Amino acid sequence: MSKFKKKAEVKQEIPTSSMPDVVFMLLFFFMVTTEMRETTIHVKQQIPKASQLRKLERKTLVASLYIGEPTKAEDGKDAKIQANDVFIDTKEIIKWVNEEKSKLEEVEREQITIALKVDSESKRGIIADVETELRKGNARKILYTALDNSKVTKN
Amino acid sequence: MARATPEIPNASMADIAFLLLTFFLVTTTINNDKGLSIGLPPPPDPNQEQEVKMQEKNIFKIQVNSSDNLLVEGEPMSDVSGLKEMIKKFITNKGVDPASSESPEKAVISFKTDRGTSHKRFVEILDICQGAYYDIYAEQAGVTNKEFREAASRIGQDPEAKAIYEKGRAGYPMQISIAEPTKVGN
Repeated sequence: MSKFKKKAEVKQEIPTSSMPDVVFMLLFFFMVTTEMRETTIHVKQQIPKASQLRKLERKTLVASLYIGEPTKAEDGKDAKIQANDVFIDTKEIIKWVNEEKSKLEEVEREQITIALKVDSESKRGIIADVETELRKGNARKILYTALDNSKVTKN
Repeated sequence: MARATPEIPNASMADIAFLLLTFFLVTTTINNDKGLSIGLPPPPDPNQEQEVKMQEKNIFKIQVNSSDNLLVEGEPMSDVSGLKEMIKKFITNKGVDPASSESPEKAVISFKTDRGTSHKRFVEILDICQGAYYDIYAEQAGVTNKEFREAASRIGQDPEAKAIYEKGRAGYPMQISIAEPTKVGN
């Protein structure tokens, strides 16, 4: 009988004295990992999923192009290309590549990687046009940004 | 003597920290810089008419039309789950089957899409093609597929990773040719 009595005396409260510490630790984690997005994206971005992903070796060598249907109705329905904060035409890509290259160190210029962040619903046509221009602009390392799906489907 | 207590009230500290935490949780965008990496061919030379002669058996043809339907080696395919094995078999044939590739160096995966093909489908098929190669590389290097791809991202800094990468790739160049799309859909 005494055994049962002992059990009933066990404290039922969760110790909360360390909660601020735990919360602060989480806070610091998020403060350190946060990167504020510097560009506002004006195109639809539903990134396709793939399993065979590769990480980029060096983040500084990457320039991003966003391709997709504009989010605002006044920009029309056709897929557009966004670089930095503005829409650009396919013809302007070479110029843009050269601008991006000039931001890098001279020895690293040819190693530039273009991350193509393309919406799933976009058509191959526009992407092929972009690729042709990138070839002309001599930025031939490209990366189709994709999300990891290997956790869902075993590959 | 009545003196103000020199302590900071810390009862509300947890609340303040929570508020800040919520703010950072909401504003955080964990940057996604992973994807399928490919190298584009050099720009076409207008003066030089390029004619590449290749034997039909060394080319593994994958075509996708504007409705995202798949044609593999001339046969329609609706279920892509077997495609990776087909590609692997094709690359590693080494002349065993006379109708398939002669050697891994000569084997080329030709991937042709249409202008109307969706990017989603394109990525799905490219993923399978690269997956077949990475599986072969990983097996040759004696690591898992994931480990191999991680090593491939670190070849610049880590000599050990570079050794794995080179061991895996030896004799099997990744030859995925992405052809200029056809113009049926827009």
